[in-house]
Amino acid sequence: MSVRLYLPRDAAALACGADKVAKALAAAAPGVPLIRNGSRGMLWLEPLLEVEYHGVRYGFGPVSAADVAGLVSAGILEDPAEVSHPLAIGIVAQHPFMAAQQRLTFARCGVIDPLSLDDYIEHGGYKGLERAMKLAPADIVAEVTKSGLRGRGGAGFPTGIKWKTVLDAEASQKYIVCNADEGDSGTFADRMIIEGDPFQLIEGMTIAGIAVGATRGYVYIRSEYPHAIATLTEAIHKARRLGFLGPKVYGSAHAFELEVRAGAGAYVCGEETALLESIEGKRGVVRAKPPLPAHKGLFGKPTIINNVLSLTAVPHIMAAGAEYYANYGMGRSRGTMPIQIAGNVKHGGLFEVAFGITLGELVEKIGGGTASGRPVRAVQIGGPLGAYFPPALFDTPFDYEAFTAKGGLIGHGGIVVFDDTVDMAKMARFAFDFCSIESCGKCTPCRIGSTRGKETIDRIVAGIDVEANIALVEDLSQTMKLGSLCALGGFTPYPVLSALTHFPEDFRRTAPAVAAE
Amino acid sequence: MSRHEPFSVARTEELVAQHLHLEGPLLPILHAVQEVFGFVPEAAVPVVASGLNVSRADVHGVVTFYEDFHQKPDGEHVVKICRAEACQSMGGEELAAHAERCLGVSFGQTSADGQVTLEKVFCLGLCATAPAAMVNGDLRGRLSRAGVEAIAREVGR
Repeated sequence: MSVRLYLPRDAAALACGADKVAKALAAAAPGVPLIRNGSRGMLWLEPLLEVEYHGVRYGFGPVSAADVAGLVSAGILEDPAEVSHPLAIGIVAQHPFMAAQQRLTFARCGVIDPLSLDDYIEHGGYKGLERAMKLAPADIVAEVTKSGLRGRGGAGFPTGIKWKTVLDAEASQKYIVCNADEGDSGTFADRMIIEGDPFQLIEGMTIAGIAVGATRGYVYIRSEYPHAIATLTEAIHKARRLGFLGPKVYGSAHAFELEVRAGAGAYVCGEETALLESIEGKRGVVRAKPPLPAHKGLFGKPTIINNVLSLTAVPHIMAAGAEYYANYGMGRSRGTMPIQIAGNVKHGGLFEVAFGITLGELVEKIGGGTASGRPVRAVQIGGPLGAYFPPALFDTPFDYEAFTAKGGLIGHGGIVVFDDTVDMAKMARFAFDFCSIESCGKCTPCRIGSTRGKETIDRIVAGIDVEANIALVEDLSQTMKLGSLCALGGFTPYPVLSALTHFPEDFRRTAPAVAAE
Repeated sequence: MSRHEPFSVARTEELVAQHLHLEGPLLPILHAVQEVFGFVPEAAVPVVASGLNVSRADVHGVVTFYEDFHQKPDGEHVVKICRAEACQSMGGEELAAHAERCLGVSFGQTSADGQVTLEKVFCLGLCATAPAAMVNGDLRGRLSRAGVEAIAREVGR
């Protein structure tokens, strides 16, 4: 009747006091094994303590250090199934939030010890690489193409086509670069998977390297994620020590080396060409395209640059086959999407599901509505450059094309919920402000347009020439959309225009200023 | 009682040398310089530049581009508060204003006694446990007014 305890080391759990809980557990339950796992993604329950008993894991959360003694005396170490305690949530895998998901990429996250290669392999890890090793490079690329996987960073570009371009390029050196510069507010899937299942990213990048003949890879992680940086660095050391990275990957003739690079607080470095500049040791200024990174990327060499979620989907695609992955989803959005439900929401967390689920289901049913208990007024999907949708658009299915059709984008899959206290003119102003702070400065529409946009919203809010100034903002937005070099300037109009379209009353609150200066 | 070393040319050269084997070593070097000295001193710029055989302007350009690198020392304690959308949706802006009052310092500033630096940050990836902050590298989620006041006490305010 021995039990094992699991308590996440995920940054969100740590932010809510997981280390203090661990200390209290060590004191109250000495000798009971405690594994620091990743997060299951039910973030409103963090820190979520799990007790494994007869192979079944029972959850208790959110646990504070002060709850530990009570939980232990309630009997969680004897028979957690029988414990009745206000924090008990029952069998974790059967929790409605977990049972409703289709976890492929996040199947291991929160289940295993993130830094145990044995755990990883025992739970299906390195099956994808094993299969890839038996295939010709072109066949690996064909498999990824057939799976329908599209860039999970936000652009939705077919991953297989990108890989094919790099495969076909002739060069003395090619690179695999992973974009882990997850700067969008409302997103944390990259952070969670790196902290909770880092070997999956290593495996995905290794497969990419073998597929296109690249022997070096870089993972560019934002400096705001120190725990992810530490976890992945340690995982890379382990993988290298055990022969999963290095001159002979897995005992084969393939060489693959991997290195973590820390960002330095520039949002624009999430844009792929700015990211490459940053790794090269330059200012994170966006490059004009063409040439594409697939032709001239890092240090001018052919480079695959993919988001964390694209690369972590690859081991699964290789292990289970392209059809298996492509069977999930709708239309041209195939597979699953790790959706992040955040902001003012009751049940915020990571919800991985096949494309096609509606926005309303995610916000109201899965997310349980607002945390404040007030009505939902707006949700922003896809980060600071994503549109604000009102509940009237909640029937929109989570799908690249469906969102585009409604004037939005799914981006990196983050949803931020706002209740009815939100001032949408303020949010539109923030979008311009954010763009002006984070602009790399290379192109004029973004660098200057963002500042002029902010000033114009200020005039609208002050009631000065409201209609004329709204027309000006709309016109400026068109210029930024069409004239910016990258998505920062090009997509800032999404939050601005969607706020203007769906929440016009917020821009017309002040009576026209008769004698304003 | 600084946890950082005083600037020295020799130590800077050593840090440069430690990273020369990397491809594109400038950012890792600047991170290391800041880690050791607490900031990127102006005097470090020519040392790094000559070590990499690039111009001082190149290095200066990189130092000033990135939010992380600063040219002056931080306060003894660094409090970063997220000002991005998810935290805003949970009342983050009111908390940010409360933090300015409790800490007696504005965003982007270090207090006159050098005790506290208050910085804004755009997203710590804690968007489902918002509002979020980082205190001397330590993460805080579900931050409340009381939580902000506790941080203020923690940093001697």
